[in-house]
Amino acid sequence: MLSNATRRILGLGFRNEAPAINQLRFYHERVVDHYNNPRNVGSFDKADPTVGTGLVGAPACGDVMKLQIKVDDKTGKIVDACFKTFGCGSAIASSSVATEWVKGRQMEDVVSIKNTEIAKHLSLPPVKLHCSMLAEDAIKAAVKDYEAKRAKSSTTEASPAEKAADG
Amino acid sequence: MAAKLITTALRRTASLHPSLLRPFSTAAATIPQPYDDPSGITVKGVKISGRPLYLDMQATSPVDPRVLDSMLPFYLSRFGNPHSRTHLYGWESDEAVEIARTQVAQLINASPKEIVFTSGATESNNISVKGTMHFYKEKKKHVITTQTEHKCVLDSCRHLQQEGFDVTYLPVGSDGLIDVGKLREAIREDTGLVSVMAVNNEIGVIQPMEEIGAVCKEFKIPFHTDAAQALGKIDVDVDKWNVSLMSLSGHKIYGPKGVGALYMRRRPRIRVEPQMNGGGQERGIRSGTVPTPLVVGMGAACELARKEMKYDEKRISMLQERMLSAIRAKLDGVVVNGSEDRRYVGNLNLSFAYVEGESLLMGLKEVAVSSGSACTSASLEPSYVLRALGVDEDMAHTSIRFGIGRFTTEEEIDRAVELTVKQVEKLREMSPLYEMVKEGIDIKSIQWAQH
Repeated sequence: MLSNATRRILGLGFRNEAPAINQLRFYHERVVDHYNNPRNVGSFDKADPTVGTGLVGAPACGDVMKLQIKVDDKTGKIVDACFKTFGCGSAIASSSVATEWVKGRQMEDVVSIKNTEIAKHLSLPPVKLHCSMLAEDAIKAAVKDYEAKRAKSSTTEASPAEKAADG
Repeated sequence: MAAKLITTALRRTASLHPSLLRPFSTAAATIPQPYDDPSGITVKGVKISGRPLYLDMQATSPVDPRVLDSMLPFYLSRFGNPHSRTHLYGWESDEAVEIARTQVAQLINASPKEIVFTSGATESNNISVKGTMHFYKEKKKHVITTQTEHKCVLDSCRHLQQEGFDVTYLPVGSDGLIDVGKLREAIREDTGLVSVMAVNNEIGVIQPMEEIGAVCKEFKIPFHTDAAQALGKIDVDVDKWNVSLMSLSGHKIYGPKGVGALYMRRRPRIRVEPQMNGGGQERGIRSGTVPTPLVVGMGAACELARKEMKYDEKRISMLQERMLSAIRAKLDGVVVNGSEDRRYVGNLNLSFAYVEGESLLMGLKEVAVSSGSACTSASLEPSYVLRALGVDEDMAHTSIRFGIGRFTTEEEIDRAVELTVKQVEKLREMSPLYEMVKEGIDIKSIQWAQH
């Protein structure tokens, strides 16, 4: 008890310094890695019927994410994915991770990707959790867009209209 | 028993964090820093070699070596309490404080008797805003200030509002300047104070001080200004501006941190209620022992600023032009926030369209800059100053403040430009907004889903 107290009193100065050093490492290595070397940056042709586009966020909030998937018509497998993101480092990393995770997977599977998994993978702090939510929304929006396009092309032969998918 | 526990505890702590124990040494330079790792510095999880170049002079400036030279004797041999009246130690300290008071007064064209030393501009602002209103509370119930003031003025005003005072927050134009006509309209019978900062900390615009001063004189209202960012950078003259109260800071003018001053006009006399009670130092306005070394440092910094202001201004203005023209030559969509002609040259607040500020800062590992004021850089909200300017919210997220100072070199500017351009280009390549704009889509026409 007394020993604990003394240690606390004496340790105070040192312990206060330790988090200060940790704070310098505000971003997890994986965030920094994805920020410095983002995977799958780019764009597909929005008019392509095999491409689904998810555009979520708003410039006013400081985050806009565009995630695109290219789907194999027959198997429903996502053969390729790419993104473009306006936002902080965590948003860029979240979308980069999302493209990596959806690639090569079945379309039905990817909608089950939870924002908490992305956040955990990147060790996002609480203030940055919305970045991972945005990534989850972007995946869902892209899948929704692809399905809408397919439904439309199977019923009518109308050209796919350009639209901004809502989050 | 207790002693034994203490030693064990100490030893244990030492073995846990060996790098954190700071050995005391006569050589001041041997203080271990978390940055002193010879293999490089780890910032934001990334190692870089050397220290980042510093372009954040609005947050704070390094102490000028000449200032430090003047301070050191007052730490080591002339350590007396300036309020000791009975021996040499006290007398020499007191004399040094009075010399410093004169040096500060000379820079702003005031009398030394009108200078009160405080701990910084925040304290001076608190004394000015709350102290004045509390003193005249019987008759005066209204304060006028602006939306773009520093947090400490706004927070003091908010405190007054809780106590039942009325506060008018004047809006600013898109150039960041207030409309003197609107100030005139806002004045009431019971207006007890007008507080407008001289140079804005975030966007560097210079308010029309003389005009505001003239209006205040006409209505006989005390005029307070936060001149922390103006002192030593633009000509400050308390008579020309007709200010009753002025807040000054040491560490923005290459002086030490933890010291500031408050100018209080003697004729017509302005009176305030002290915010700190005690021994009655500084004519009862600010009790507490005056920190002689810091005050001497602030005095020396003011003296240097008075002598070198013209030279500094010329140099900094050259560097600013060099930076702005180089960035503009290589990038489109670069906007200077705030008035371009009525601004302090050392502050370059830029918005890079379609690039988010925080991600840009993360990429600029080798440049120490901020996205706004140091006080608010931890929050995710876009700067309230930029919002007050009516900057589009998407553009408010994209601002970076480059602060150029006395010790900034051409090489640093060139390197900062190079890194900024590289990073902005990389992030724009990644930005869906930039892509849309290039495709000819108007971003404002899109119905964005708000989060």
